[in-house]
Amino acid sequence: MAKIELALGPCFFNWSAERFADFYARIADEAAVDRVYLGEVVCGKRMPFLNKVWPEAVDRLTRAGKTVVLSTLALPAKGPERRAVMELAEQDLPIEINDLSALPARAGRPFVAGPFLNVYNESSLAHLAEQGATDWCPPVELPLSSIETAAAANPGVTVELFAFGRLPLALSGRCYHARAHGLSKDSCQFVCDRDPDGMEVETLEGERFLAVNGIQTLSSGCQLASLTAADLAQSGTGRLRLSPHTLDMVEVAGHYRALLDGECSVEETAARFREMPLPGAACNGYLTGEAGWRAVAQ
Amino acid sequence: MPARRKRLELVCPAGTPAALRTAVDAGADTVYCGLNNETNARNFPGLNFSENELATAVRYAHGKGAKLLLAVNTFARAGATAIWTRAVDVAQACGADAVIAADLAVLDYAAKRYPDLRLHLSVQAAANTPEAIGYYQKTFGVRRVVLPRVLSVEEIARLNQEVAVETEAFVFGGLCVMTEGRCALSSYATGKSPNLTGVCSPPDHVVYEKTPDRRLLARLGGFTVDRFDEGEAAGYPTLCKGQFCAKGKAGYLFEDPVSLNAAALLPGLQEAGVTAVKIEGRQRGKAYIGSVVRAFRRAVEDLAGDGKANDLAEALTALTEGGRQTTGAYRKTWR
Repeated sequence: MAKIELALGPCFFNWSAERFADFYARIADEAAVDRVYLGEVVCGKRMPFLNKVWPEAVDRLTRAGKTVVLSTLALPAKGPERRAVMELAEQDLPIEINDLSALPARAGRPFVAGPFLNVYNESSLAHLAEQGATDWCPPVELPLSSIETAAAANPGVTVELFAFGRLPLALSGRCYHARAHGLSKDSCQFVCDRDPDGMEVETLEGERFLAVNGIQTLSSGCQLASLTAADLAQSGTGRLRLSPHTLDMVEVAGHYRALLDGECSVEETAARFREMPLPGAACNGYLTGEAGWRAVAQ
Repeated sequence: MPARRKRLELVCPAGTPAALRTAVDAGADTVYCGLNNETNARNFPGLNFSENELATAVRYAHGKGAKLLLAVNTFARAGATAIWTRAVDVAQACGADAVIAADLAVLDYAAKRYPDLRLHLSVQAAANTPEAIGYYQKTFGVRRVVLPRVLSVEEIARLNQEVAVETEAFVFGGLCVMTEGRCALSSYATGKSPNLTGVCSPPDHVVYEKTPDRRLLARLGGFTVDRFDEGEAAGYPTLCKGQFCAKGKAGYLFEDPVSLNAAALLPGLQEAGVTAVKIEGRQRGKAYIGSVVRAFRRAVEDLAGDGKANDLAEALTALTEGGRQTTGAYRKTWR
């Protein structure tokens, strides 16, 4: 059985350049992850502030032996956003495509099909594999049974399961951070930087439900796919994706590595995560085709 | 005297054979409908067409000079893609004028199996750039794109300069606040999603509950989505139009309970090069369909005649959700 790898997904949140620099330096030095996705995927307005961050992070992570993949915007619309996506796609670096806008410029060269693409079945995955997809992070709402079917029909594609973090649920043309602060998207003052794990959204009765991150809506709950290496191999999964949050991601990666290496049981891993300041309540319902917020025994 | 303009094509919903006849008789150029299974994005009990009903509907529409489009616009379930390809077969066999699809698998099948079958890209595919639209056009021969409701009229005009396909824009009815086809809020709360099962905020997960202080809570999948005072008309708890708390403030965080009415923007949309305008609402009854279709028919006729839109907004207000309406993303300030 091949080793199940760990990946650190692209950070969805509006962190400062300094925070990113420190974060990726520590990931490079200490985290048990095999690959790291870099780049702004949520909001094109944030991109100019971060362009100086990425080259240094790429260099540092590459020197530490990590595979670095550049992620593209999930909802490019304006000219500069479209150009940024195309420039990334034209380069010969590993990239993750999160909107089909990037596909023509990629022109058949390899890419990772990101979780924002609507790939729900074996035939659509096969279509993208023909276009160059080598890896696939399925949409978060897709159950493991469907992932297994799609993976079995596409043995050349490595499946990367979204395993940790708030679930990316929706994108919009409207910025909800701006709206919540009485601002418009065009004059947003970048208020999303005040919520480095997303802005908590509760029901009128005070129950935690969702989290807002600019134009993106995430779950309040924190996905914890605590599956053994054998179960993952059965579903065709070759890699787990951990989505960055402000808690100690080095520790998160360590817990998953220990679970995958059989050093820690599923129960012990769950106990370890209970000790951590997760961004929301543990959930995993999507994996078994139930409501995503549910926590189901695995 | 200004030259007579090309008339906008009016594309209208039909959830039942009766609604279809109503829409055609009221002046729809084109009607769209779905089969009664999970292949279409309005998979509600009691709605949609059997294969036989569809064949009859195509004959009725064609007999009156109207076109019929079949929406096969959910994403095929892994291991069960035959249900979706079968829907495409049915469209071809019945003589439907086009299939509206979003899934790469469905488009790929239709393009290869029936090269002459016209394909429209569903709004669920969320293709909003010339690059994405170009991909669908070149790869599958898609002839028309239904635009996601994230673009302003100005952006639609620019987009139309850069694409070689027709575009169709929603002008009335339910409004997705999230980018269509890229929203899993419903499945997070209930396990049922537009992309996978063709439902959003499904009725069988809705519960209304009286509180001790005589208010009414509307819950979806166990989460409270809205609250109404005694005597206040209780709306349906659609997730993106519910009341929530953020930063200690309660309110309609994503969108108010409004529906789309872009009647006033018809001249702008025509100017922007849109080929067709679309009315949402396959779940609506005959009376509603008849009123809305007649009103828009008059509007597109007037627009084609003297270039002016008649004042539809008021006539249609009664038909919008809670009487409240928005022009959505078509005006940039919405964002």
